[in-house]
Amino acid sequence: MPNDAVHSSHNIDRDRLVDLYRTMRRIRAFEEAAEKASLAGLVGGAVHLSIGQEAVAAGVCANLRRTDQITTTHRGHGHCIAKGTDPGAMMLELFGKEGGTCGGKGGSMHIADFDVGMLGANGVVAAGIPIAVGAAHGAKLLGEDRVVVCFFGDGAINRGPFMEGLNWATVFQLPVLFVCEHNGFASTTHSDAVTGGGGANARAESLGLEAFEVDGNDVAAVDGLVGDLIPRIRGGGGPMFLSARTYRLKGHTSVDPALYRDQEHAASQWDGDPLVRAADELRRLGLGDSDLTAIDSAAVGEMVRVAEAADAADTPALEHAFADIQDIGAPVWEAQS
Amino acid sequence: MSGMSVISYQEAALQAVAEEMRRDPRVWALGEDLGRGGVFGQYRGLVDEFGPERIADTPISEATIMGASVGAALVGTRPVVEMRFADFALCAVDEMVNQAAKARFMFGGQARVPMVIRQPSGMWRSSAAQHSQSLEAWYTHIPGLVVAAPYTPADNKGLLKSAIRCDDPVIYIEHKDNWALEGEVPDDDDYLVPLGPARLAREGADLTVVTWSKMVGVAEQAAEQAAEMGIEIEIVDLRTLWPWDQEMVFASVAKTKRLMVVHEAVQVGGFGAEIAATVAEHMAHVLVAPIRRLGAPRAPISYAKPLEDLLRITPDKILNIAQEQTRA
Repeated sequence: MPNDAVHSSHNIDRDRLVDLYRTMRRIRAFEEAAEKASLAGLVGGAVHLSIGQEAVAAGVCANLRRTDQITTTHRGHGHCIAKGTDPGAMMLELFGKEGGTCGGKGGSMHIADFDVGMLGANGVVAAGIPIAVGAAHGAKLLGEDRVVVCFFGDGAINRGPFMEGLNWATVFQLPVLFVCEHNGFASTTHSDAVTGGGGANARAESLGLEAFEVDGNDVAAVDGLVGDLIPRIRGGGGPMFLSARTYRLKGHTSVDPALYRDQEHAASQWDGDPLVRAADELRRLGLGDSDLTAIDSAAVGEMVRVAEAADAADTPALEHAFADIQDIGAPVWEAQS
Repeated sequence: MSGMSVISYQEAALQAVAEEMRRDPRVWALGEDLGRGGVFGQYRGLVDEFGPERIADTPISEATIMGASVGAALVGTRPVVEMRFADFALCAVDEMVNQAAKARFMFGGQARVPMVIRQPSGMWRSSAAQHSQSLEAWYTHIPGLVVAAPYTPADNKGLLKSAIRCDDPVIYIEHKDNWALEGEVPDDDDYLVPLGPARLAREGADLTVVTWSKMVGVAEQAAEQAAEMGIEIEIVDLRTLWPWDQEMVFASVAKTKRLMVVHEAVQVGGFGAEIAATVAEHMAHVLVAPIRRLGAPRAPISYAKPLEDLLRITPDKILNIAQEQTRA
């Protein structure tokens, strides 16, 4: 397959696009609820929103089985939701409450849900790359036909584990799809300004991976291309690389106004909002405005409810600060009277 | 009952890995040059029995050797990670400290990271500043990690087997100068030395020396000489640094009323400071002499032999302090 294959959104089945749109809308609604809670001081730590990048999460994960696995980043809420993690448990985690995906001990940057193959977000840029590669290495050793998808951003391609991990995946011919969400920023720096050479795909190809590019704001295109790649990877085709060009419509964190961007350019990027584009396409395919509105309200309603529930929930019992550290040599907690 | 054989520290480790790989198909080893036996021969012949997938030759990519092991452990395998020299593990600190040590906790107990991180450590024939370090204290500071540093061949078999069976990440420190050291080792392929308890290496009434790894042998030489001078040194071989056996150390100090902690690592911020402070906090009232620490000066390790030797802990250095402590 040529690596410039064009996947148009014009040949997608309407029902499938409705499902993808619903996933994106749920991610958007979750992020907006998280942003609101963060700005209200209800969520303590840093929250990195994926608003504008929903099509990558939805389009990739729609092609995975529950037993397939992913690793993600500090900007990983969308990947979790798309892979099947319960947003209620995620919101409890953001609020640092009992019942969170990690019992309130991880927060936004450490959400994990092993039951759905979500092997963890990560607070360290590029750190998920070796972990994903190792999960795939484990699948190969255990003779399991899982595929592992490794999400990271364009900031990650300048860290050593990127080079090491891609090389490793090629050397051991591992079932990994690397997905670079190219949102234009490495934290608050324009990634182009700090990246030498030909960029992510050139690096991937030089390390022996087939590399593809896709319009990361076109969910049907992402879905179509990944739908071709995953069976090839599962069938022993080796690791592959996908750059999905998208745009981070918000700042680095929920409290970052992103004034380092050209404001006019940033504002114009909302025209390419992947949800708007998918909605337009759905209308073209004959979906009525009332159907779209129903999807939108259901998503917003769901996430408003999970945020309210998270706000009302209890904080974890104090002894959890000392639980699940280690079996041998664990700290002893003595309740303060 | 199984018998005993006299084998080397290196052969004991080889036996441990081979037995555990036979016992559990999820166990595998990865690192640089393992196919040809590892840089110290501690994997010699294993590729013939287990094949190149379970004795995996990797790129020189320490961060990914470590990080991929974390991923492979998270999905149900049990990697034995070879770092070649402890110094090189510093290329993989994020993967050890931020990932392996914390995954279980951060993810609320969903994940386990059963991996053994082998780090050949210590001074060894003019290897200079980047191939000689003893950095065990760093790892004792990190919640989530177990730290072991065996001295005897029998302990290198039994502790390594326990480390491989342990569901926690274990930093496993083998001294490079010990590979050829011979001793009696049980043949039993279920011979386990538990992680945690220390070993009373020598009994004595006058002074407790707490030490580990190669320094146990140096302390034993010092104790022989001290005995001739009428000073009876008791030696506690800690074997595991986290958790460390406070009970045995406290019992010994209660008896001898004197404590010296000896390690090859730099004295400043060394693990000896933790032991000294803990004993001082709990037992100052029984001590009849100040607690003493003996570690290396805070200097990088030289290449030139006389300069390198200057940094070594010797029996004489132990003896001098023992005399000062028992004179009091």
